[in-house]
Amino acid sequence: MRLRMVGLAVLVMAAAGCGGVGSDPGGEIRVSAAASLTDAFASIEQAYEDAHPGTDVVLNLAASSSLREQILEGAPVDVFASANLLNMQVVADAGMVVGEPAVFAGNTLQIAVPPGNPGGVSGLADLSREELLVGLCAAGVPCGDFAREALALAGVEAAVDTDEPNVRALLTKVIEGELDAGIVYTTDVAAAGSVVEGIAVPAGHNVAAEYPIAVLAGAPDPVGAEAFVAFVLGAEGRAILAGHGFTLP
Amino acid sequence: MVLGLLGLAVFVVPLAGLLARVPWARLPALLGGDVVTDALRLSAVTSLAAVAISAVLGIPLAWLLARVEFPGKRVVRAVVMLPLVLPPVVGGSALLFALGRRGLVGEALGDATGLVLPFSTLGVVVAATFVAMPFLVLTVEGGLRSMDRRFEGAAATLGAGRWTVLRRVTLPMVAPSLVAGVVLTWARAFGEFGATITFAGNLQGRTQTLPLAVFVALETDRDTAVAISLVMVAVSLIVLAALRDRWWGAR
Repeated sequence: MRLRMVGLAVLVMAAAGCGGVGSDPGGEIRVSAAASLTDAFASIEQAYEDAHPGTDVVLNLAASSSLREQILEGAPVDVFASANLLNMQVVADAGMVVGEPAVFAGNTLQIAVPPGNPGGVSGLADLSREELLVGLCAAGVPCGDFAREALALAGVEAAVDTDEPNVRALLTKVIEGELDAGIVYTTDVAAAGSVVEGIAVPAGHNVAAEYPIAVLAGAPDPVGAEAFVAFVLGAEGRAILAGHGFTLP
Repeated sequence: MVLGLLGLAVFVVPLAGLLARVPWARLPALLGGDVVTDALRLSAVTSLAAVAISAVLGIPLAWLLARVEFPGKRVVRAVVMLPLVLPPVVGGSALLFALGRRGLVGEALGDATGLVLPFSTLGVVVAATFVAMPFLVLTVEGGLRSMDRRFEGAAATLGAGRWTVLRRVTLPMVAPSLVAGVVLTWARAFGEFGATITFAGNLQGRTQTLPLAVFVALETDRDTAVAISLVMVAVSLIVLAALRDRWWGAR
């Protein structure tokens, strides 16, 4: 008897949950995009909504690895734009992607330092200095994996003080001056403007990030999703991405 | 009764979801990993330190709120309660702006003592104290308010000094509130996440407590994340159940 009541309670909860998730909201496209796309996709959202009145693009911005987990756990998402191929591949391998993911942008790494460069950082080798406060993205987050690749290529063992959950969280701590240096994307430094300085990572040690985008198999609005992806891959999307400092495939 | 069970389901369903994912066979190996043991040690140390600081500072503050009349008391009480309603990430940002290397107080503190709180274990303790101490202040204040003050008066009449009254009468009488406050404070400090990752960062062995380890592992190694979550559930249940039997069992 008791068990049956609990079962009933569970059923009621499940039914209540379905109402919110399954229904198709009028013209809403849910886009899960990597944190490093924050500014570029805000511009793309604006341009898309201007071109398609009545459509509402909803951005969910986080580390690609967080977005991947949300999608794998069944979050209602129409489009996934990842900051690396790996996270997209995991979603595709789970059979949750429609067609082939398309690479729509590329990025490189820079060392972000607070204005005036108080730590006197001039290259990757400085990140091994114990007296500096150095941050990376956590391992598993694309910017964290790329940063570790670059450090390995340069043969530098970084004295890391914090593994931040996503690139924007890392950048914020550099902007606030709490960290002396952090490895972020070139586009993040450009987006932040004068509140951080970027120090180039030489081409031999740099790692080129590739951003794939795809419509998800469980998309609540597959038509809108296709249209949005086409927009990002099209002339207007490319122009916006280039304007934010991304390289184009 | 249906609503009551529905209420229970709110707690039980997520727990069941977690238990369903536990990789039982690999559990010992996962829990023996250094990420888990480092985080467990750090969580134990920082949550207990936060409780200790909360007791030292929070009990006098509770006494102030319960026994001393002063203008603006409502505002003071609201400020004390603020961390209860504030999203922890906001609290963490506030701590960063106040106690960070470039912060309002933090810059002077660093210049004077060389102490840098962000990205240090001490920073984790500060974050945990900030979010958890209100529980201690509010429960102890409630205890002080509801106790019968005539006992204190009687003791004083019988010649007991202020210190003796506090030690022999007041503290024993508010002991149940104090214990409840300590348990709630510890529980909040043990589970603290948002203020910690915002203010103290995330580094294994230095600032990565169990909740942070779960968060990071969730994106890289889900089995480890589930295993750590299980540890947190177990530790919390054991502590809450043990304390309840010991102090509130009679009720």
